[in-house]
Amino acid sequence: MRVGIPRSLLYYKYLPFWKTFLTRLGAEVETSPLTNKKILSRGVEVAENELCVPVKAFYGHCMALRDNGVDAIFVPRVVSVEERAYTCPKFLGLPDMIGAVAGPLGLPPLLTPRLNQREKPREFKWQLIDFARRQFGRSKLDAVAALESARLAQRSYQAGLVGGKKPLDLLPNSRFNVPRSRPPAEQRKRIGLLGHPYNIYDGYITQNLVARLEEMGAELVLPEMTEHHELMQAATDVPKQLYWSYEKEIMGAINLWTENKAVDGVVYVLAFACGPDSMIQVLIEHRARIHDVPLMSLIIDEHSGEAGLITRIEAFLDMLMRKKKTAAA
Amino acid sequence: MGNLHFMLDDLFGRLGVDYIRPPASSTRTLQIGAQHSPEFACLPLKINIGNFIEAMEAGADTLIMAGGHGPCRFGYYGIVEERILRDLGYDFKFMMLEPFNDGAWAFYKTFEALSPGLSIRKLWKMLKVSFSKARAFDRLYKRALQLRAYEVNLGDTSRTLRQAEEILSRPRTPEEIEAAAAEAMTVIEAVEQDPGREVMRVGIVGEFYLLLEPFSNFGLEETLGHMDVYLERSVWVTDWIAPNRDNIIYGYPKKDIEKKAEPFLDQNVGGEGRETIGSIVMFAERGFDGIIQLLPFGCMPENIATSIIPRVQQEHDIPVLTLAFDEQTGRAGVITRVEAFLDLLAARRRSKAGALRA
Repeated sequence: MRVGIPRSLLYYKYLPFWKTFLTRLGAEVETSPLTNKKILSRGVEVAENELCVPVKAFYGHCMALRDNGVDAIFVPRVVSVEERAYTCPKFLGLPDMIGAVAGPLGLPPLLTPRLNQREKPREFKWQLIDFARRQFGRSKLDAVAALESARLAQRSYQAGLVGGKKPLDLLPNSRFNVPRSRPPAEQRKRIGLLGHPYNIYDGYITQNLVARLEEMGAELVLPEMTEHHELMQAATDVPKQLYWSYEKEIMGAINLWTENKAVDGVVYVLAFACGPDSMIQVLIEHRARIHDVPLMSLIIDEHSGEAGLITRIEAFLDMLMRKKKTAAA
Repeated sequence: MGNLHFMLDDLFGRLGVDYIRPPASSTRTLQIGAQHSPEFACLPLKINIGNFIEAMEAGADTLIMAGGHGPCRFGYYGIVEERILRDLGYDFKFMMLEPFNDGAWAFYKTFEALSPGLSIRKLWKMLKVSFSKARAFDRLYKRALQLRAYEVNLGDTSRTLRQAEEILSRPRTPEEIEAAAAEAMTVIEAVEQDPGREVMRVGIVGEFYLLLEPFSNFGLEETLGHMDVYLERSVWVTDWIAPNRDNIIYGYPKKDIEKKAEPFLDQNVGGEGRETIGSIVMFAERGFDGIIQLLPFGCMPENIATSIIPRVQQEHDIPVLTLAFDEQTGRAGVITRVEAFLDLLAARRRSKAGALRA
């Protein structure tokens, strides 16, 4: 069976795990191409107007996989990845949202395991064993073995990220976002790049932001470079615990960076109409302000143009440079 | 918000709390709220910010906000609102009232802080009485939604409703409340009606705040009633507060609605997302002519529902009009769309009747 994984949303977080798991269960895994104009514009056409741009792109990726003739598309329902928290509501409803257009668009069947450990830790194991049995007819023993390899793959991916690699250096066929040239190391600024991986590392959605920043003299500091448990620990420094896991990572990163003076400035990327980000944005901007760390919020949607983006990050980096000079004088 | 203030008036009166009811939401409320809120925070948050500012202008020194545990944004509103208001330079005491189900002790402590020396027993009794009063209000409003379509003199129902509210807001003891509820209902039933009138039947579904606060939807329900539309609504304040969610006012328990939603949306996505889908199915099966879905622009659970509605519409053959509101929305645009929708429903009825005759 050829199973398609859309190169979108949680792909950037969990691809090594899912790909290894599905392959070990006997599937032939195929990913959709890098986001391009056709994928995004088709997604925008089909998806509900008010959704955020990465979810719209997800629709387009499913259509690209259909065109490539896969037998099934993998759209897991990631309800919760830790106790007492959720992911974004849109991940909770994603299989049903795609399911609602599957008929009219002629999509192949969807594989939608429900992953939920809100009530109990380590529930993923049982949910995936059940998935392997129902969808692939595999025994519990096979599933456990597949899970073990998948876990190893994911662990080595995360170790690579903590070691300073970017997701795009480690994910297959992702040679994108490579800077053409960079200023010498002593002239670089430490820029914390904050936001959801599916926006930041999707070179089409954010107009090669990663490469552009590096070309302009940014030494990037990424949330993925910090051990996950440290991020989560730092995220608890809020008046009420957040109940969105991926926003906790963002909150944890800004708390750590401001606390340790780890960055000279922060670029915070948000998708227009992103619900959770519209809330934590207030806390993040406040945090940066009281710690006197310059922060630029960059709001993106399907109409964002590269020129506007470059102008803004140029101005921001210039401002950091001036600030440093004034401080030195 | 909506008629919630009747319940809070009653409850705070019992608790002996010195409280300020902020001025009714107005264009100004929304304007100052929108000015200080994040751009794509949902409309209710923006109105809330305005309400809090106006309450402090009127002299309030303590703000209370309800909480929640997600995944909808509402549960985190309070924290964000407190931050915004403090950054604006306001000085106030802030309290979050987390839902009873998330911790009975914390729930009690919040009230105890407002009314020192309050015992759990006493609080429980007060809540019960205030709640029964709120139930009576909801019954009244539900009946008014249905009756308005049949009223002989335009505006009679709404005028009588103000009278009935007056009757119901005064009593204190359970016995008085019961008597007042009956009297208020009699008053409203006495509105002159034309039972033979042919009316359109429309179900209102969507997000909690937009459904319950007439200011946020330009008094859409009243307008629809005046266009001879019989209305039922899927969300009610007291249904929402009642921990067992048996939805006495709406008439269909939450778990039944979820069952109806299951083929289309098999997951709680926060807010009323799943209930919206389930209620559309329910109204369609009961033979309603159409559905109107109301939501704040960018509401996550409702956007998920909106994404799924085309499939529900097709499988259950029911027209759905989706109306999203933000601070830019104008009344005229909404009314035009609603009128066009009603024309469509009328045409469908005619063509169905024609098909039957043929």
